[in-house]
Amino acid sequence: MEIIVYGVINSVILSLTALGFTLVYSIARMPNFAHGALYVTTGYLAWLFMNKFGSLPYPVAIVLAIGITAAIGAFMYRFILIRIRGMEISEIIATYAIGLAILEGLRWGGLRGMTFTLPPFIAGSMNIFGVSVDYQRLLIVAVGIIVFAALYLFTHFNRVGLALRGIAQDERAAMMLGIDSDMTAIISLALGSGLAGLAAIMLLPLGNIIVEVGYSVLIFAIAVSVIGGLGSWGGTILASFIIGFAQILTEAFLSSQYQMVVALLAIIITLLIKPSGIFGKQKELEERV
Amino acid sequence: MEMMRKERIDRGVRVRTAGLYAISTWREMLYLIGPPLFLIVGMIILPIVLEFAPYWKRVINIVCVYALLALAFDFLANFVGLVCLGGAFFVGIGGYLSAIFNVYFHFPVYLSIPLATIGGAALSTLLLMPALPLRGVYFAIVTLMYPLLATRVIEALNIFGGTNGIIGLDSLPNAYVEHYLIIIATLIFLYGLRRFVNQDMGLVIRGVKDNDQAVRASGISVTRMKAFAVFVSSFMGCFAGAYIAHMYSWAGTSLFALDFSIIPIASVVIGGGGTLLGAVVGSFILVPVSELLRNFGTFRIVIYCVILTGFIVFKSEGIMVYVMRKYHQFERWVKV
Repeated sequence: MEIIVYGVINSVILSLTALGFTLVYSIARMPNFAHGALYVTTGYLAWLFMNKFGSLPYPVAIVLAIGITAAIGAFMYRFILIRIRGMEISEIIATYAIGLAILEGLRWGGLRGMTFTLPPFIAGSMNIFGVSVDYQRLLIVAVGIIVFAALYLFTHFNRVGLALRGIAQDERAAMMLGIDSDMTAIISLALGSGLAGLAAIMLLPLGNIIVEVGYSVLIFAIAVSVIGGLGSWGGTILASFIIGFAQILTEAFLSSQYQMVVALLAIIITLLIKPSGIFGKQKELEERV
Repeated sequence: MEMMRKERIDRGVRVRTAGLYAISTWREMLYLIGPPLFLIVGMIILPIVLEFAPYWKRVINIVCVYALLALAFDFLANFVGLVCLGGAFFVGIGGYLSAIFNVYFHFPVYLSIPLATIGGAALSTLLLMPALPLRGVYFAIVTLMYPLLATRVIEALNIFGGTNGIIGLDSLPNAYVEHYLIIIATLIFLYGLRRFVNQDMGLVIRGVKDNDQAVRASGISVTRMKAFAVFVSSFMGCFAGAYIAHMYSWAGTSLFALDFSIIPIASVVIGGGGTLLGAVVGSFILVPVSELLRNFGTFRIVIYCVILTGFIVFKSEGIMVYVMRKYHQFERWVKV
């Protein structure tokens, strides 16, 4: 029972971290390797707002931090990535370099050690099917479901959201109908960064804010997206459940140090069997694998 | 109103057809062989010139190590189309293998380095095999994870000395062997690779990058070509790793560190992708800068990344292409 409950929670955590990456890739066709860096930045900003800059109340700090992260994502596209869009090698190297610069800059700026923690929203825990689960984890599951529902509604019943989907499906046709490709890319990067920030705010109270989290978040996000098929949302959810349960199982039967190994093995197996991912139908031709 | 336009003209001597140069005077010959001669002679006399600066003498080795890694990255990214973000994986494999051969099996240095180079290259190719059918983003993602995974595995299983690493490797016989081994290796790999990519085999490999379907249609296995390219690339990486392990007499998980992945990439971007020579020039610029900035700790990586992004966005051709253009062509203003 414990495996099922924590498996679900872990899967929702994974899908929350991967959602931003998938969103940016599906709309802007840009692998955002700075995802992990944005994640850590949000947590650090929230900590700064609460503890250094005038000790703002927690909700205000959260909103500010997520807003700033979204703005960073938008600026990143507007001033840097817009110039190299379409050049695959440059995109990868540039976003990776930006992410590294942010992470290592934070480490240099004093983000070291175990002193940086965010408080959980609600303390305490309760029993579900005889398994003790704290409220923060329950809240994560709730927020995960809300975010997915909100994104679905946004992309299906909102003009901006429909424009995003239009660009994602057929860029040329969408541009012909008067949708600004760069504008949607900016929106998608802002949204993706904001989602990374939201995931950070929800998940970081479970642990410390450290630089290494950025790398592992990036890797898990990428693993989930690759296995689900880059850019496919349904695939992201399914893949995060696969990896989430696989991780909990290895943790229960082996040791928690093998979590990363599980992610990589899952990637390799997926790539061997179906390289474009579980739901990556449209890109089979494009990738020519 | 008079309009002026800049015109760019080739210098006369650059007449080259299938390896034949039309040269007639000493001046033209010097024009052609001057730059490579400058590089080769410069690199060979560098340890002698820097005799009075022992600290910087050691930096040469590190520069050459990064130059090798940058060559490996440049070859893989710009000639085969596989962006490998995990260059550190090759370094780690080479270093660890060399350490195992040297410490556990008591092989001498001159046996353990070649064995580690060849064995490591074979091992890396084998391990990267599942990722080979991939292109672009997918390959970059998977290779990014390899060095991180290797570190985790070594720490989790507590093999090869765990977090402490393997200590007590034999160091190289003397300082001159240490310098010239890596300098000559760099030169050989640089000019060897440059020759290689212009041969038939290199043409096929470049074809894989531009149009792999055409290569497949010619009855050549794309995956085998990619595997061969990865072998060549990891050969250089593993040699660099084995050399580093013997230079420091130590092999640990820091051989899988980020530095070995990001600095070569930065060197290639700064030097100019696809020129091979640019990779060496780039590391000759970046690594001394990095030594000067040693006090800043991890801030160095921030500086590389900023330089890297700047170059990729504003000057993506790199220094080497720019310099070569200035050398081989001249510009003048003409009336339209």
